Amino acid sequence: MAIIRVAYTGIKGIGNGCPSKRARGIFMKKGKKAKLSNKSQMGMIIFRFKKNKLAMVGLAIIAFLMLLCLSASLYIDYQDVYSQSMANRFIPPFTTREHIFGTDQFGRDLFARIIYGGRISLLASIGVVALSLVAGVVVGGFAGYFGGRVDNILMRICDIFMAVPRMLLAMAVVSALGQGTFKMLIALSLAQFPQFARTVRASIINLRNQEYVEASKCCGTSSVRIIFKHVVPNGLGPVIVSATLALGSTILAISSLGFLGIGVESPTPEWGTILSENRTNIRYYPYLGLVPGIFIAISVMCLNFCGDGLRDALDPRTKN
Amino acid sequence: MRMLKYVVKRLLMLIPVIIGVTLLIYVVMSLAPGNPAELILGSDATQEAIAAKEAELGLNEPVLLRYGKYMLNVLRGDFGRSWYNGYNVIDEFMSRVPNTIILGLLSVSLSIVVGIPFGILAAVRQNGVIDYATLVVAMLFASMPAFWFGLMAQIFFCIQLGLLPAVGADSLVHFIMPAITLSGGSIAGMVRLTRTSMLEVIKLDYVRTARAKGASERRIISRHVLRNGLLPVVTSVGSHLAVIVGGAIVTESVFSIPGTGSLMINAVKIRDVPVVMGVIIIIAVFVGCVNLLVDLLYAVIDPRVKLG
Repeated sequence: MAIIRVAYTGIKGIGNGCPSKRARGIFMKKGKKAKLSNKSQMGMIIFRFKKNKLAMVGLAIIAFLMLLCLSASLYIDYQDVYSQSMANRFIPPFTTREHIFGTDQFGRDLFARIIYGGRISLLASIGVVALSLVAGVVVGGFAGYFGGRVDNILMRICDIFMAVPRMLLAMAVVSALGQGTFKMLIALSLAQFPQFARTVRASIINLRNQEYVEASKCCGTSSVRIIFKHVVPNGLGPVIVSATLALGSTILAISSLGFLGIGVESPTPEWGTILSENRTNIRYYPYLGLVPGIFIAISVMCLNFCGDGLRDALDPRTKN
Repeated sequence: MRMLKYVVKRLLMLIPVIIGVTLLIYVVMSLAPGNPAELILGSDATQEAIAAKEAELGLNEPVLLRYGKYMLNVLRGDFGRSWYNGYNVIDEFMSRVPNTIILGLLSVSLSIVVGIPFGILAAVRQNGVIDYATLVVAMLFASMPAFWFGLMAQIFFCIQLGLLPAVGADSLVHFIMPAITLSGGSIAGMVRLTRTSMLEVIKLDYVRTARAKGASERRIISRHVLRNGLLPVVTSVGSHLAVIVGGAIVTESVFSIPGTGSLMINAVKIRDVPVVMGVIIIIAVFVGCVNLLVDLLYAVIDPRVKLG
């Protein structure tokens, strides 16, 4: 790490972009990591990300969780998610082989519900982020690229959506559209997209005036090449970071709506909904509250670690 | 004078925002399937009764006309009546708002009083034990759903140990646990923000100058670093408040506090348009004013910031 820091803080003007020849010289002189000098910008970013242990652990855990949830049908009978059994109510966790996390008030297997619930929590948050990212990139892209009046109008529209706290706006839209998983997805995306639009716009405006963009214009580079070779790779960073962090906050928002009873509806399992179903019994059977909560917290935390790691990897100057 | 002009301009800019938000929600709610009159009266109501109710609610008129009338009434301070319970929206809101204000103020003060000192401590002892410990705890709080933390704390501190009342809003003591729950996330944000912005300032040349001339570490931090380091933190209070207003809905539900949040949830569940609209309008105006105040404050404490 120290070597990289020397290379990136020692010489002016190589903060964002490929290491210059002088920087490469430093890598060579130190005798280590000589391979690094051949890497592309992408390679450097991946290299820095890999160096960040917390981010890697976060990525590993979230990948594992995703895999666990997506392959759920391979090892869980879908029947277990809903099938009730009054004889098997409130089995404590880790006591029987059939119910690793125990069972709830209806004798439903908590493990099956958590894993299938994870599908909804994780996939829905990816859906929300994807949907709002598309809207945000289009709106922010137009605003940033055209500037002037278009920019003004689009940004005022974004202001409208940002005037109301996110959670409240999502609730209002849910109440307007009615309940349901898909409608909640739309509501949360509406509440999320202005943030992305702002990030994209700021990123584009910032890049438009960069010297290297001007330089490549002077060299006669075509606009298409400038956009795809210079603007997009450099402007994507902040957007990716905020999308990763938004994944975490969206999981929180989905589970909050589920908990309040205006998101995913019971008996469909979703981490927040599971908590809300078991609310009255948590007092006597704390594991019913602990297990879903821990799953939410772990996935949000891992996504936050990934987001922070990405930010540091994309812009080495932010690293203290 | 320039400040006054700026304030007026900002307040005027709030108008289109409010119109946009309300129009969006009003129109979507009106276009949603299902006849409200039928929903209110139940499935066994006669056609005549439904028609009469429709006329009473003004549902026969075009959406935009209804919206215009509604907004005119709002300007006169009349937010209408709840479709389902018949109460006056603004009266009901006013009777509940004190609970939400107490909760919000306690939470904001808690996040300032706890968040900023720990952020400073983490920055001053960068890469030390305190730094890592604060960051880990902050990360934990930022990742936990507030309602989950609230539920668990309620069970452990209020029910198992019996230290604090679990539900209700009868006295200030009732607000201790909800305020801790609600401020958890924003404390975490505050710590991280304070730390980063302090670290940015500590690196600057004028701090090095202060060190070079032999000022004590305490003086450097309190006199030189804090003044500039806390600027971004002050501006973040506005956005924290918006988060807290949103989070209050969930917290009020966990601790059964009769505040504006629970009013909103119930209205959303039964699609009570006047109540949802009223709450949204009042909160949007409130958040807009807070953001304006924060920007003004920013200009006051940092002379480099020019308004306009």
